[in-house]
Amino acid sequence: MAKAILYDSTICIGCRQCEEACAAGKHLAYNDKIAAEERLSERKLTTIRTYGERFSRKLCMHCQEPSCVSVCPVAALEKTKLGPVIYHEDRCMGCRYCMVACPFQVPVYEWNSRIPRMRKCDLCADKLTQGAATRCSEICPVNATITGERNEMIAEAHRRLVEKPKDYYPEIYGVNEAGGTSVFILSAVSFSQIGYNTQIPKSPMPQFTWAVLQHIPQVVVVGTVLMGGIYWITGRRDDVAREEGRQ
Amino acid sequence: MSTRSHFNFWRLMGVVLMLAALAATVLRFGGSLGASTNLSDQFPWGIWIGFDVLCGVGLAAGGFTLAATVHIFHLKRFEPIVRPAILTAFLGYMLVCLALLFDLGRPWNVWHPLVMWNPHSVMFEVGWCVTLYTTVLALEFLPLVLERFRLERARLMLRRIMIPIVILGVILSTLHQSSLGTLFLIMPQKMNALWYTPMLPILFYVSAIATGLAMTIFESWHSARAFARQLEFPLVQKLSRVLAVIIAVYLAMRFMDMSARHAWVMMDQPGTERWLFGVEIVLMAVPMLLLFREHTRNSPQAIYLCSVMYLLGFVTNRLNVGITSMERSSGVQYIPKWSEVAVTLGLVAAGFAIFRVAAHHLPVFEDPNIELTAPPPPAAWEAEASDAYTVPSGQ
Repeated sequence: MAKAILYDSTICIGCRQCEEACAAGKHLAYNDKIAAEERLSERKLTTIRTYGERFSRKLCMHCQEPSCVSVCPVAALEKTKLGPVIYHEDRCMGCRYCMVACPFQVPVYEWNSRIPRMRKCDLCADKLTQGAATRCSEICPVNATITGERNEMIAEAHRRLVEKPKDYYPEIYGVNEAGGTSVFILSAVSFSQIGYNTQIPKSPMPQFTWAVLQHIPQVVVVGTVLMGGIYWITGRRDDVAREEGRQ
Repeated sequence: MSTRSHFNFWRLMGVVLMLAALAATVLRFGGSLGASTNLSDQFPWGIWIGFDVLCGVGLAAGGFTLAATVHIFHLKRFEPIVRPAILTAFLGYMLVCLALLFDLGRPWNVWHPLVMWNPHSVMFEVGWCVTLYTTVLALEFLPLVLERFRLERARLMLRRIMIPIVILGVILSTLHQSSLGTLFLIMPQKMNALWYTPMLPILFYVSAIATGLAMTIFESWHSARAFARQLEFPLVQKLSRVLAVIIAVYLAMRFMDMSARHAWVMMDQPGTERWLFGVEIVLMAVPMLLLFREHTRNSPQAIYLCSVMYLLGFVTNRLNVGITSMERSSGVQYIPKWSEVAVTLGLVAAGFAIFRVAAHHLPVFEDPNIELTAPPPPAAWEAEASDAYTVPSGQ
């Protein structure tokens, strides 16, 4: 069944071991300088962000109906049954529509490579298929990030909100955003205060373009008939005019 | 200033631009996107998409507009300007495809959408339409080549299937001109409400038709000067009327949509957005109002300037949709690198140069099917046409 991550920012101590484990898993260099860059880039597919005393984590949200999968002209992105949104680099032509379309501004690019790739978190799809947890969950010393069944993760988040209502802002980020994701986030303060975009529509994003795209067959059929009809009528008018010697 | 020095000035400009574009090309393909652009993870699309693709495709809309006018609507009097319009469109699409190769991170995979399908992707649809329509334009352009080399049989065979080809061209253009607007529908929260609207596909389509007409006027004027020939002024006058009406329809739709979405409040928000929105609207509304006056339509120069003004408004609109509208939400400011500008201007210069060569060597301004019985142009147009190579604006 579909897996998901629950990240509880109220527990997170900002130790950045998730960043390091992620970098190791993706064979990326990791050092203090990279650790200090608190934003996603080709060097860093997940990041801890510091907001005063609070920490928040950014990574691919693995939407249930991802914009990136919908917009990719070559189907280089795929939402797998297990939850992860994965990238097939050999299909990619580098149009970067996925980066433009992502409501969470997650995909990053290898700008300085001659054979550039889009990069983003893949929810450790390799580990999930083996039944294991993601690297960031495995390494977390305080269990701020945990991996489990998607339904179970939502239930767990609700349990925490009910058990300690004073410690939490009473919402789960990711349940409704963009129609639902596979990463859920808990916070002590409103999400916008710790760097999460709260302006994201609560419905699946691909419907915005599909609402138009689905009419293409009608446009083709009606358009062809209309054009053919106009050609026939106006041409006939010319023929009649010519016959009557008015031309 | 003598006409000769002007001619040399523009030639020199063209050469300088081409050289700059060449240097930028080395930077792009010898290096990377990072080395040749100011794009970033926060701002992944720049002027190569905003201008070269969005504007390029729109500016080439004259091809389907005029082809439909003459071949579908049987308005045969416009026949003398169909061929230059199709040449412009064909060149335009080839330059768009070339520009796309600069922008793609992996340009060698540009053919992938043809075999790796994702029908849910607007980009997939645009890719298919542009590929097919460029083929259609090649077929619409082919008669000129066949005529030039007197391949009569092939020409007649092509003639027989021309109407379905023209209809296909109109359908494909309708689809992808509007789809360039649909591309942006998936990011409502990223775009400024001055530009984001579910109406984007229709607005893109209507403004593309107006742009096709304005470009036809633009290129008629320049051909008349460059080749010291007289273009049928009454045709341009008729086009300018239609242009004014289509701009009016566009602006009416735009304003009604803004009101329906209660988006006018965005004009109270400080920042550059409202000014750029204003520039775009003024550059479209002023030529429209002017063209509704008979006085304006009696002067070739005024018609030309109105068309240029509208075209600038159109370009501003596409740049606003593609760049301005998303700058604030991205959190960064995007200013194109010199190499991005060089490639863009170099492609425009290449477009002018190739048009010139093609017009010299192919029967672009001759039509064997009809005798040119258009009325003689008014004195004003003749006078304009005599001093070739001068820059018309601002002098």
